[in-house]
Amino acid sequence: MSQDFLLSLAQAVSKGLLTGMVYGLMALGLSVIFGVMRVVNFAHGEMMVVGMYLAWMAFDALQVPPTLSLPLVAVLFFVIGYLLQRTLIQPFITRPEHQQFLLLLAVGTLLANACLAIAGPDSRTIMLDSQFDSYELGPLVLDAVRVHAAVVAFAIAALLWLFFTRTRTGKSIRAAADNHMGALVVGLDVRRLYAITFGVGAACVGAAGALMITIIPVTPFLASEYTLLAFVIVIVGGLGSLSGALLGGLLIGVSEAVAGLLLQPSLKSMFSFGLLIVVLLLRPQGLLGRKEAR
Amino acid sequence: MSRITPRVMGGLAILLALLLVAPALLGGYGLSVLILVLYFAYVGQAWNIMMGFAGQLSLGHALYAGLGGYMAAGLYFHYGIGPWAGMFVGVAAAVAAAAVVGYLGFRFSLAGVYFALLTIAFAEFTRIGFDNWPWTGESGGMFLRVERGVTDVANLRGGPVLFYYVILFLAVAAFVLCRLLLESRLGRYWLAIREDAEAAQAVGVPVLKCKMLAVTISAALTALAGVWNAFYYNNLFPETAFAMGRSIEITLAPIIGGLGTLFGPFVGAVVLTGLGEIFTAVGDKLDIPGIKQVFYGLALLVIVMYRPAGIWPWLAARLGIK
Repeated sequence: MSQDFLLSLAQAVSKGLLTGMVYGLMALGLSVIFGVMRVVNFAHGEMMVVGMYLAWMAFDALQVPPTLSLPLVAVLFFVIGYLLQRTLIQPFITRPEHQQFLLLLAVGTLLANACLAIAGPDSRTIMLDSQFDSYELGPLVLDAVRVHAAVVAFAIAALLWLFFTRTRTGKSIRAAADNHMGALVVGLDVRRLYAITFGVGAACVGAAGALMITIIPVTPFLASEYTLLAFVIVIVGGLGSLSGALLGGLLIGVSEAVAGLLLQPSLKSMFSFGLLIVVLLLRPQGLLGRKEAR
Repeated sequence: MSRITPRVMGGLAILLALLLVAPALLGGYGLSVLILVLYFAYVGQAWNIMMGFAGQLSLGHALYAGLGGYMAAGLYFHYGIGPWAGMFVGVAAAVAAAAVVGYLGFRFSLAGVYFALLTIAFAEFTRIGFDNWPWTGESGGMFLRVERGVTDVANLRGGPVLFYYVILFLAVAAFVLCRLLLESRLGRYWLAIREDAEAAQAVGVPVLKCKMLAVTISAALTALAGVWNAFYYNNLFPETAFAMGRSIEITLAPIIGGLGTLFGPFVGAVVLTGLGEIFTAVGDKLDIPGIKQVFYGLALLVIVMYRPAGIWPWLAARLGIK
């Protein structure tokens, strides 16, 4: 193996790790929602795309940089997610899976096509000065925007971990996830906790969207691809496991980047789906998930 | 299972008679809409066997439709073998794929969302494979030759009326087959598994075998829809034939119409196709991209919120059937 090849491989791996961190943040949202209320958010990729568009609009119309729009998008998503859970999703918590699926599919169809109706089918991107910068790490050259996005994604994930382990609300949510009946018995307001959880999950994916727009352009048609990608990541990492979602994101990010280097671009996601099938069959609780009765 | 009363039987006979003479009564547009209704009713009926009867959620049925379509179209395209023979290859390929997906999923006891994700993964995996398989024309697609004005039933070449009667036959046959299946021992076993698989196992229902039969029968019928689809539209792309959107589209009519009911897929197909046509017309008027789908999403939302068990059970109660 030549020196050049190893270098480009290392380059691809590092790029994949950085992108994978943002994937991980996106998947965290899905994982949190599923882990707590057992609802699979089939509108996840659509929410991601809405986050990307909001950050794009803020930049394009008001010249607000993503650093500033990210917290705004996250807060807005939290509020919308909270209300969405309270009004639409709560009645479906105990209903059969196919009805939850249809509900969120309808929400996703609405979101993605609202983006299409408002922003049109063209791909939208934002131009930042930092997109021309890079960091050098020995022989490796890392895109500055990717490094920034990965660092912010990691910081948000760390905040989320603090929320779930250090705050009273976070601990209550985990309690409600572990034992729904028990949580009700000790007097926790489970409905409110569920709404907060959906808000937190939505905020994660909104923030991931605001980061993603700095790396790649957005079109409404990306939505279902992101939904699938998020599914693959959380299953591989372990549905409901926070660290699993991050690990899954990194794994998928790296595998995509390396496959893109070695194989045709169209074969890129074949590895991801192959991995999904293997993990589903051999370790359905995911790499870092806990075993549970399904 | 309810008895089919004389009143229902009479209604069905009138409906069938109307459907049989419809091509003479409808213009080209009306017929094309009715073709869509029957297509979704048929493929929904096929999906309903797996989910509505046996309770196994598949979100990857595009795999079976795509395999059926590609096999039959490929044999015709490359070797001139007509679809009446090619459909057997298409069905065999779909059944084989369904057997693999089903066996792996059931053997490793994946249920609910996990099983659904497995079906999605196989469909996506196949999509990417077909995208890179020269025999299928890869992502550039496969196109069947169209000769205007030529009707060649042996090769399923012809105008909309031919395809109308083929899909009408399939839809009616699937309806009758599902009715017979539901009345059979297998059908009872399916319902038992759907309600409580462990209890069914405990009283001696061969659960794995019954589930395998559900997924393979469902896949075989879906593959026929794929064959029909390929020859009706004359083109195939992996990007659409195996797309998740195609799988989802198959599930909508039975869920909206009434899961596990015989009439649900048909009622759902009528409602969804009707709404789709109205929204297309409105969307063309407004000339905003995506607005059609916004309305469609809203309609789905309203239906699932107010009729979560589907339209047919509610409608049947209103009509005094059951």
